[in-house]
Amino acid sequence: MEPTDVRNPDYYHRVVDCQWACPAHTDVPEYIRLIAMGRFTEAYLVNRDSNVFPGILGRVCDRPCEPACRRGRVEAEPVAICRLKRVAADHRDAVEHLLPQAPPEKNGKRIACIGAGPASLTVANDLMPLGYQVTIFEKWGQAGGLMRTNIPSFRLPAGVLDDEIRYIIDMGVDLKLGTPVNSLDALLKSGEFDAVFIGSGAPKGKDLKIPGRDGTDRIHIGIDWLESVAFDHIKTIGARVLIIGVGNTAMDCCRSSLRMGANSVKVMARKPRGFFKASEWELDDAEEENVEIVVNHAPKAFVTQGGKLTGMLFEEMEYDLVEGRITGERVKGEVVISCDDVILAIGQENAFPWIERDLRIEFDKWNVPKVDPVTHQSTLPQVFFGGDAAFGPKNIIWAVEHGHQAAISIHQYCQGLPVAERPPPMVTLSSRKMGIHEWSYKNDYNPVERRLMPHVSLKERFKKLNIEVELGFTPEQAEAEVQRCLNCDVQTVFDAKLCIECDACIDICPVDCLTMTPNGTEEELRPRLKAPATNKNQPLYVSAALNMTGRVMVKDEDLCVHCGLCAERCPTAAWDMQKSTINIPHASDGKNPWSKPQRKTA
Amino acid sequence: MSFMTKPKVAHPSLPRNELGLTRRDYEGGMSTLCAGCGHDSITAALIEAVWSLSLRPQDIVKLSGIGCSSKTTAYFASGAHGFNGVHGRMPSIATGAIAANRDLHYVGISGDGDSLSIGFGQFAHAIRRNINMLYVCENNGVYGLTKGQFSASADIGTKAKKGEVNQQPPIDPALAALSLGCTFIARSFSGDKEQLVPLLQAALSHPGFAMVDVLSPCVTFNDHEGSTKSYQFVRDHYDELVHTDFVPLRSEIKVDYAPGEALPVTLHDGSHVVLRKLDPSYDPTDRGKAFEYIRTKQAQGEYLTGLIYIDEQSPDFHEVQGSVATPMNRLPYEKLSPGNAGLQKILQRYR
Ligand SMILES: Cc1cc2nc3c(=O)[nH]c(=O)nc-3n(C[C@H](O)[C@H](O)[C@H](O)COP(=O)(O)OP(=O)(O)OC[C@H]3O[C@@H](n4cnc5c(N)ncnc54)[C@H](O)[C@@H]3O)c2cc1C
Ligand SMILES: Cc1ncc(C[n+]2csc(CCOP(=O)(O)OP(=O)(O)O)c2C)c(N)n1
Ligand code: SF4
Ligand code: SF4
Ligand code: SF4
Ligand SMILES: [Mg+2]
Repeated sequence: MEPTDVRNPDYYHRVVDCQWACPAHTDVPEYIRLIAMGRFTEAYLVNRDSNVFPGILGRVCDRPCEPACRRGRVEAEPVAICRLKRVAADHRDAVEHLLPQAPPEKNGKRIACIGAGPASLTVANDLMPLGYQVTIFEKWGQAGGLMRTNIPSFRLPAGVLDDEIRYIIDMGVDLKLGTPVNSLDALLKSGEFDAVFIGSGAPKGKDLKIPGRDGTDRIHIGIDWLESVAFDHIKTIGARVLIIGVGNTAMDCCRSSLRMGANSVKVMARKPRGFFKASEWELDDAEEENVEIVVNHAPKAFVTQGGKLTGMLFEEMEYDLVEGRITGERVKGEVVISCDDVILAIGQENAFPWIERDLRIEFDKWNVPKVDPVTHQSTLPQVFFGGDAAFGPKNIIWAVEHGHQAAISIHQYCQGLPVAERPPPMVTLSSRKMGIHEWSYKNDYNPVERRLMPHVSLKERFKKLNIEVELGFTPEQAEAEVQRCLNCDVQTVFDAKLCIECDACIDICPVDCLTMTPNGTEEELRPRLKAPATNKNQPLYVSAALNMTGRVMVKDEDLCVHCGLCAERCPTAAWDMQKSTINIPHASDGKNPWSKPQRKTA
Repeated sequence: MSFMTKPKVAHPSLPRNELGLTRRDYEGGMSTLCAGCGHDSITAALIEAVWSLSLRPQDIVKLSGIGCSSKTTAYFASGAHGFNGVHGRMPSIATGAIAANRDLHYVGISGDGDSLSIGFGQFAHAIRRNINMLYVCENNGVYGLTKGQFSASADIGTKAKKGEVNQQPPIDPALAALSLGCTFIARSFSGDKEQLVPLLQAALSHPGFAMVDVLSPCVTFNDHEGSTKSYQFVRDHYDELVHTDFVPLRSEIKVDYAPGEALPVTLHDGSHVVLRKLDPSYDPTDRGKAFEYIRTKQAQGEYLTGLIYIDEQSPDFHEVQGSVATPMNRLPYEKLSPGNAGLQKILQRYR
């Protein structure tokens, strides 16, 4: 193999599995170290730099970082990254004076954002400090998008939402609530705006057109029903509720039903476990509340008697499974399950009835706008899309990342620069060596197991709709959990010229990451390493040829616990432990008092 | 040296031996030697060897004298027995222990100072008695622990760190062992585990005194230009003569060798070593020829490595002495102690 080019910023970034997996590339190990030092406010601000809503995301993020976390491969469970984010948010001091401010003199450019969900709010967050005048149009009387209307308050308290939305709006955003945009054409023609960002979400819940659908008002569309619950339009539901579908919406519908008076709630799944869209932890939380998850039932008809819904007819399914994949299915029989209400949670669609089709905004055959995946620009140059509106339903952290990218594009566009020309990510390295055996990070491996989130008791939590179930980590739990992070951003940096091939690093490495061997192709090297490198998703580091034997030093990044022992044992400092800081560019860089270069790293 | 101990966390694919133990289960305390010391690599090779032979840690006895090298015993098999003796006196302790219990595996670790200066007499007699042990001489050409004075293995002309040149001729432990009748003689290099590990495995399976001289650079006092025991010098001047593949008991000899090139030797426990001669004229079972060969290479400034000599026939200490097979700690007291009547009978013989 060619020597690894570690100047490519992606190389070290990939080693920080969580940060690489986070759509917004939150600097996770940095904020975890700050929490460990009790610097909660700074930990909060490091988060906010990338993900804008640490308090919200610390509760309800989809957390793609956790399945990616290296700790989950070294032992069974990943670091509770998301819960630690909440620790930072819960314990922060006042941050208002530390947040980006909009300058008094404006740059003369006006931006319209449609919808006050996380995508639009991020665009405003990034553009306001640059002197843009941002107007957000929101159909509802409150800002937040689905975070407000669909994510139940027992998972995400309103106060948390209010605070983090306020931080953005208080920069002077012109927030127009209760103001739906009914015609994009009219908005564009008004000539008031230099660019438009569409962050209107994927607002339409899918219906289930099977026999018996009409003639009863006890069949609800999940996201509409949750919206009515959020706005207090609905206060009760029948005793027996069936939820159709096992995605995120289903999980919120079943748990909300229990709080609206239901006492028997069944989530009806077409497929077996392992094929659900809902995350493992969402299923756990629902089952803890005695929601029954019924597998292998495909809906066939609604059963009504005299206009009254009495139950639902299902086909009982059987599947052939080969290596976790379904290779065949058949119907075993039919069964009627009685109920008082049905909630449909089988997906969302984009809908843009207010975008005229003659505006040169091209739509594909599914009525989805054509949007550039990098720049978020539509085929009409001054119109940008982000969040669920751009590529269909995703999640909050993706909406935030879309907002960041769209803000960069809008800034380029308004300066007359090509939107495809984007600032590159950068990486800086700085040694963590303090003395011969001393590093300025805690390098010892702590075998402590993942802490469990404490919950409000089952007796208490149903008393009111908005009792937050998760209590947050206790200080003791947080203190233990932070020690589980392996500091993957403290990189093992190798200098082949210095190596005297003494084997010390190879012998000491607890997880057998290192090998000195004659060079070869990747296919040759992977199996012949001291511990065969079977995880192909993880890169191999290959050094230049070593002085004495011409062999190469190969490191399998997969399970390195970043203990620094290789560097401690190296007599020539050929290995060093250096913290990598990945600078992910944002439109507001330099305008943010907390942007990276000015912060002292932990 | 590290302040932090090596974490217990390990690679999930780490293989297990017949006892279900991983290599990590044969580790010892954290080394306090200098970072990059050759001795630490030998420790790693020893761990690999005892693990792969599936020795029970409690069946291993680690013995050493004084020196950086002699500290090695603390750094592997923490579940084993250990005795850290006086400088150069490890062989007498080993002889006593072996006489008392032949069921255990004896691993003696010494240095060039410990073996070839203060302990030279002890070294010689342990060989002469052919006690059944692995004897590793971690050879760095200096007294590392006392800050780098030339040892008896320092070559003529080699330079100390401060520049003075050694004038005394060296004692080569392999040549010394050959002339003393040693039944297993090997030499290797701490930086070549592929060679060292099978040699250690074979030595542990040899029924008699197995001396393995391991060139082991001292990074702090003897790794400079002008030294003949530095990493660079050893890499440039070591010459593998007989490559050894260790074939454990119950495994078939699978490796294919051209005829005449390989020589399988059966060890007393039924395992094999397959010797691959890199010079076909060499005969590792001929003491005289071996002696001559090493001398010639030495004159050319080369370190001859590999399995230099092996003799599986000569009787070991127990056979010669007719010592009791049962470990003494398992013999009943009445058998161990003749009692007053027995003693009187013995004394009678001298009256
Ligand atoms: C039940 C449910 C639970 C979820 N749970 C989670 C979770 O736990 N974690 C997670 O990360 N994600 C979750 N999601 C997904 C997440 O909420 C969305 O992906 C995210 O909110 C999308 O953000 P957005 O800014 O694109 O749009 P949205 O949040 O959908 O906001 C769009 C806003 O635009 C407004 N709008 C639409 N059209 C117009 C118009 N013409 N004029 C003016 N305003 C308009 C809407 O009223 C809305 O306020 C969940 C989704 C659902 C449905
Ligand atoms: C009886 C006695 N004499 C002298 C010493 C001092 N001393 C300690 S270690 C050592 C030399 C060790 O050299 P070597 O065996 O080569 O070990 P190394 O440190 O080089 O590995 C000496 C002379 C001692 N400890 N005891
Ligand atoms: S161990 Fe820490 S730095 Fe590494 S992936 Fe997990 S959270 Fe990120
Ligand atoms: S930091 Fe070095 S010694 Fe520690 S696990 Fe990683 S490669 Fe191995
Ligand atoms: S410890 Fe240092 S000098 Fe020794 S092999 Fe490793 S990198 Fe090379
Ligand atoms: Mg020595």
